[in-house]
Amino acid sequence: MTVPSSQKTARKGRPAFNRAADAIARRSIWVCGWVAIAVLVAIFVFLAWNATQALRDVGLWKMLSGTDWYPTIEPARYGFLPSIVGSLWVTGIALLLAVPIGIAGSIYLSEFATGWVKEVTKSVVEFMVAVPSVVLGLLGLAYLAPLLATTFHVSSGLMALTAGLVVGIMSLPTIISISEDALHSVPKDLRQGSLALGNTRWQTIYKVVVPSASSGIFAAVMLGLGRAIGETMVVLMLAGNSGLIISSPLEAARTLTGTIAQEMGEVVSGGEHYSVLFTMGLVLFVITFLINLAADMVLERQRKRWRR
Amino acid sequence: MSTSAMKKSRVKRARAFETTAKIITGACLLFAVVATIGVIGAIVYRGAPSITAEFLSAMPKSNMRAGGIWPAIYGTLALTFGTALFALPLGVGAGIYLSEYAKRGLRTRIVRLSIANMAGVPSIVYGLFGLALFVIVAHFGKSLIAGSLTLACLTLPVVISATEEALRQVPQDLRQASLALGATKLRTVARVVLPAAAPGIVTGSILGLSRAAGETAPIILTAAAFYAPLPNSPFEPVMALPYHLYIMATQAVKPAPHIVWGTALVLVAGVTIAGVLAAAWRSRQRSKIRW
Repeated sequence: MTVPSSQKTARKGRPAFNRAADAIARRSIWVCGWVAIAVLVAIFVFLAWNATQALRDVGLWKMLSGTDWYPTIEPARYGFLPSIVGSLWVTGIALLLAVPIGIAGSIYLSEFATGWVKEVTKSVVEFMVAVPSVVLGLLGLAYLAPLLATTFHVSSGLMALTAGLVVGIMSLPTIISISEDALHSVPKDLRQGSLALGNTRWQTIYKVVVPSASSGIFAAVMLGLGRAIGETMVVLMLAGNSGLIISSPLEAARTLTGTIAQEMGEVVSGGEHYSVLFTMGLVLFVITFLINLAADMVLERQRKRWRR
Repeated sequence: MSTSAMKKSRVKRARAFETTAKIITGACLLFAVVATIGVIGAIVYRGAPSITAEFLSAMPKSNMRAGGIWPAIYGTLALTFGTALFALPLGVGAGIYLSEYAKRGLRTRIVRLSIANMAGVPSIVYGLFGLALFVIVAHFGKSLIAGSLTLACLTLPVVISATEEALRQVPQDLRQASLALGATKLRTVARVVLPAAAPGIVTGSILGLSRAAGETAPIILTAAAFYAPLPNSPFEPVMALPYHLYIMATQAVKPAPHIVWGTALVLVAGVTIAGVLAAAWRSRQRSKIRW
């Protein structure tokens, strides 16, 4: 035997079996680790592959800059602008509601709230994440739409404003919990230093804590934005789905997500309209991908900054 | 004015600012809390009267205007079970990879980046992906299995992050002790680290799965039917609570309102009770284990 005896005793039992199991496990776990990349690549490939027909026959620029969405008449016109403008209105209204309230709320949660108040409010706010969006859509239909219709004297409450407000309420918990995390991770030393110099707590917050956490707060806003653009059911149920480019939040709007969800069920599989909807999905995927990428990079920078 | 008086007024002003800021930020947080409580309260208030044994266990009758929602409950349970079947092994495996095997570096950074990005892909895009891959290319048709696979993709990032987070909280001493006793890395992970992290993994996964159960957009394209009997095989379309609710809420001919609100309550209750139970179980398990 050429194997030294010390090594032999170290590998008592079933060494060959153990080593083989270890190697197999390591490989299969490695495969699992890469599944996320595989899925992302697969999503892009399948969207792009189904979109090729539209990209070739209609053309990307013509879709992106087209002002008319008449997919069912002859000749069909596939302009994305009504959907893009609608998405922008809904998302803008949502962020206008969610960003100030969310950031202010997270400041209270992280800096002023203590004890049970903090625990309870945190759990309650996070509870909202669990409510399915279709349920929020139903509530919007039943309560918010009629209320807004009478308030603004419009015939129907199904408009960009209604959808935007509900989407804003939906993205509140995302913004609150991520920016609370960012505020929370600002080192205590900074706060104590500022307080020791005679600043009040509020002065400490707006001069020291918030600027230090600003990149995390920015990431929270970006993630909230991603949520809002991608939200489908609320928009489908509340935005009203008109085909025109809107110029006021009190008009019925269509969005990228709503258009896909509504029309995908009715189109001929493999047809031109079908392929155009996949192109729309691709546009949506690329937009949210870029937003999330930006948020993640900012968050990573923040993490590095406080890692010691 | 003397300097001390000036100082006093400045202190006064700073205090007033602080109180105002506290009130304003507190009001914003209160808004979020009240909105959540309002949502839950409205659903319970409107839905509670229609919850009866018959409503939960009967088939729909006379075009959804009477009867129960059993096939939709069954379909959602089946979809969630299928999602778990696909998402849990892959997700837990990926979590183990990130926490136990991956080295710090560019490649790991890219994996992490993709997971974060996966979590942000809109659910309707997952629906398109599922339609293209599972329904059409894989020839599953609109079916339970296509829907489950689509929802599994959507749930994966949640399961991965939950697993990684739970594994990270297991102290390094335990791993080193196990390795020092001569255990291989695999045995250390399987016998020491995973059991210690199990409560966190299970709870995080249940939260992810309950969110998948409430998703509507992906299953519109991949699994759901407006009316279908209980499926006999995974290759048949199913009814599902969120889709059922969507159709009933937006139909031109309104079905009986008590069925709509009852369905909403069943969906919300199912999703939240699962989450609350899981969180309670985790905190009990955690109090048992002391590092």
